[in-house]
Amino acid sequence: MAERTPWSLSGALRGMFAKKTIDAETWDDLEDALIQADFGPSITDAIVSELRAKVARYNTTDPTDLQRMLREGLEERLSTLDSTLNLSARPAVVLVVGVNGVGKTTTIGKFAKFLRTYDRSVLIGAADTFRAAAVEQLATWAERAGADIVRPQAHGQDPASVAFQTVERAMKDGTEIVIIDTAGRLQTKGGLMDELTKIRKVIEKQTPIAEVLLVLDATTGQNGLAQAEAFIQHAGVTGLVLTKLDGSAKGGFVLAVQEKTGIPIKLVGQGEGINDLTGFTPHVFAQKLVG
Amino acid sequence: MATFGNLSDRLAETFKNLRTKGKLSAADVDGTVREIRRALLDADVALEVVKDFTGKVRERALGDEVSKALNPAQQVVKIVNEELVEILGGQQRRLEFAKKPPTIIMLAGLQGAGKTTLAGKLAKWLVKDGHTPILVAADLQRPNAVTQLEVVGAQAGVPVYAPEPGNGVGNPVKVARDGVKFAQQKMHDVVIVDTAGRLGVDAEMMKQAADIRKAIDPDEVLFVIDAMIGQDAVATAKAFQDGVDFTGVVLSKLDGDARGGAALSVASITGRPIMFASTGESLDDFEPFHPDRMASRILDLGDILTLIEQAQGAFDEDEARKMAEKFSTDSFTLDDFLGQMQQLRNMGSIKKMMSMLPGAGAMKQQLENFDEREIVRTEAIIQSMTKAERTTPKLLNGSRRLRIARGAGSTVTEVNQLVSRFEQAAKMMKTVAKGGMPNIPGMGPVPGGMGGGGRGKPQPKKKGSKSGNPAKRAAENLALASGEKAALPPGAGGGTGFGLGGSKKAGGPTEDEMAALQKMLGR
Repeated sequence: MAERTPWSLSGALRGMFAKKTIDAETWDDLEDALIQADFGPSITDAIVSELRAKVARYNTTDPTDLQRMLREGLEERLSTLDSTLNLSARPAVVLVVGVNGVGKTTTIGKFAKFLRTYDRSVLIGAADTFRAAAVEQLATWAERAGADIVRPQAHGQDPASVAFQTVERAMKDGTEIVIIDTAGRLQTKGGLMDELTKIRKVIEKQTPIAEVLLVLDATTGQNGLAQAEAFIQHAGVTGLVLTKLDGSAKGGFVLAVQEKTGIPIKLVGQGEGINDLTGFTPHVFAQKLVG
Repeated sequence: MATFGNLSDRLAETFKNLRTKGKLSAADVDGTVREIRRALLDADVALEVVKDFTGKVRERALGDEVSKALNPAQQVVKIVNEELVEILGGQQRRLEFAKKPPTIIMLAGLQGAGKTTLAGKLAKWLVKDGHTPILVAADLQRPNAVTQLEVVGAQAGVPVYAPEPGNGVGNPVKVARDGVKFAQQKMHDVVIVDTAGRLGVDAEMMKQAADIRKAIDPDEVLFVIDAMIGQDAVATAKAFQDGVDFTGVVLSKLDGDARGGAALSVASITGRPIMFASTGESLDDFEPFHPDRMASRILDLGDILTLIEQAQGAFDEDEARKMAEKFSTDSFTLDDFLGQMQQLRNMGSIKKMMSMLPGAGAMKQQLENFDEREIVRTEAIIQSMTKAERTTPKLLNGSRRLRIARGAGSTVTEVNQLVSRFEQAAKMMKTVAKGGMPNIPGMGPVPGGMGGGGRGKPQPKKKGSKSGNPAKRAAENLALASGEKAALPPGAGGGTGFGLGGSKKAGGPTEDEMAALQKMLGR
């Protein structure tokens, strides 16, 4: 594999932290860097003014202090919520939702593998009955992860019924963890969002849902917030998954999402390999972002 | 397709402050530019594009063309619009077909941008145009991408060349090359090559894309990008431009509520035209991209061109002329009133049409509440009148009104409201026809010389708004004419736009539409 640009702001920030003192240009650079990392104008303003206040309070002119404050500030903001997955129920049902093309199916494959390495039995429900070949794609992932899969009996079958059958089978077989894939849907499509609510209700008739994970693509911009709000309303999201962090996008918008909605980031995906999914640790995230 | 709806809202908010001012100071310009900057950043337009854009707008806004203009605020709107159109690509470009078939189209983009679905849409669109496309499955990376392409191909009724099963097996360069050969043998005139999604930073995959390009020498390389993408649009677009050097851009998932700043960023950074927009999950949700129209949309000028096209389809021009004559000769009757309404209904859903009109962004809420059945009720009332009553509304005394109300299944109050609405409309129309075209707010600076003429013309005095701003006054008068009985409660719509106001009154939109249409149709 050829050399990759590291997923980090460090490139954008290197110049400003290498300087001797903090000056007006430093602040402009910082603001630009944060905006380019998709933090959005509001959060950027908040972070910059907070740092300005801190720098004034500690009366420092050393850019390395600023760097440390930035890192700590981000870490503090990110770690306000508990990011552990709650999978103690048996079966623990995990519903995976998101807009089109964010990497739901891939995430499920990786997540199943992640759970299999801890020797949990996993059953996957292919409730994306809409997109062409989604079931086959998921089946390939399931096979790689060593998990079982419940397929729809017919193309275009009601996704809620697939979900129901999956949970039913898991309860019968005593499978520990159930992961249910859903079709990607834009948050503006009312009918499709209602369908999610229905899937949720149908599952809850049998057992409570342990986690509803919303998959967000790191390349997404400020629309991520609108996505999160709509999915929280219709699917009762309990955790966020940030994917495609192996690209050049920084995914700064998740901070806004986490702060505005109070839903923690729980998993991060960083590649197409089956092992490229890890739990979210604010410390590492901030460290990598700021350098 | 409310693509840039949110950006429109933001800019509309910004300009509301500007519109009320007569002169622009440097501080005004700075404030406005700051708001534009923020709106654009919120819309995910790339930072460097925003900086460039606001710089240009500021420079021009401080120049002579603004300070000497009659209405500086409108001038700023015009500048922003012009700059937006320029960035978005100015002119629309069509697909270029090879002189010697087959025409080869290669698709490239990030994972999840929507390439495979787009391949199907493009194929279907080409079939409709009389071409015989074939799809080539060169995405051998993503699990079952080949299967997906086969399904999509079947849905579009187009053959798929897929010699390799995919899932990491096979050489995409070879598949692409063989696919083109296969198409030549089978006499397909267009070849669409679907490639794997790749990250801009993944050098190895970018090289592979470049190799595919070299192997098949495509006539068009389309870069598919998600309308929801954020600041990374710049890095990605640059990487793909360096890597495969695409010739055109396709914006996907435009049916969401993303503000779509990526469109601006990519067009501005790469200088490549945005050629198509993908607007839904069905294979038919695909259309050529119109940069000029999109810019107007961003500015909340509404998609006027589309509206005109639709209106011209449904609206008989002669009929419109006749109507205009009637206004001026004072022979406008309830029959004509009804006729107008029916013609407008031919144009399709009023709600949909109104959402295309300037200023509509600011009253989405009211549009939601608008009940089209009101028009049916109004029709019922008018149809319950006798011929004589319709031509001479003065005949309508109490007992006649009671009879009409019974006949239409409504109440005398409603009949009364309709009659007074009609009278106001007739009065208004007369003014209009005599040359006092009231301005439609937001339409003043419409590019293409459509607007601007009506400012400052004498307004009807009675019941007129007292607003000092001509545009606002026109808006309020329009609102009056279009069915609001007395002055609008503040905030109910007086300042919001073209007088939809309370919008519960059926006649509301029709007069505005009429006024707008009169203006558009050859006057």
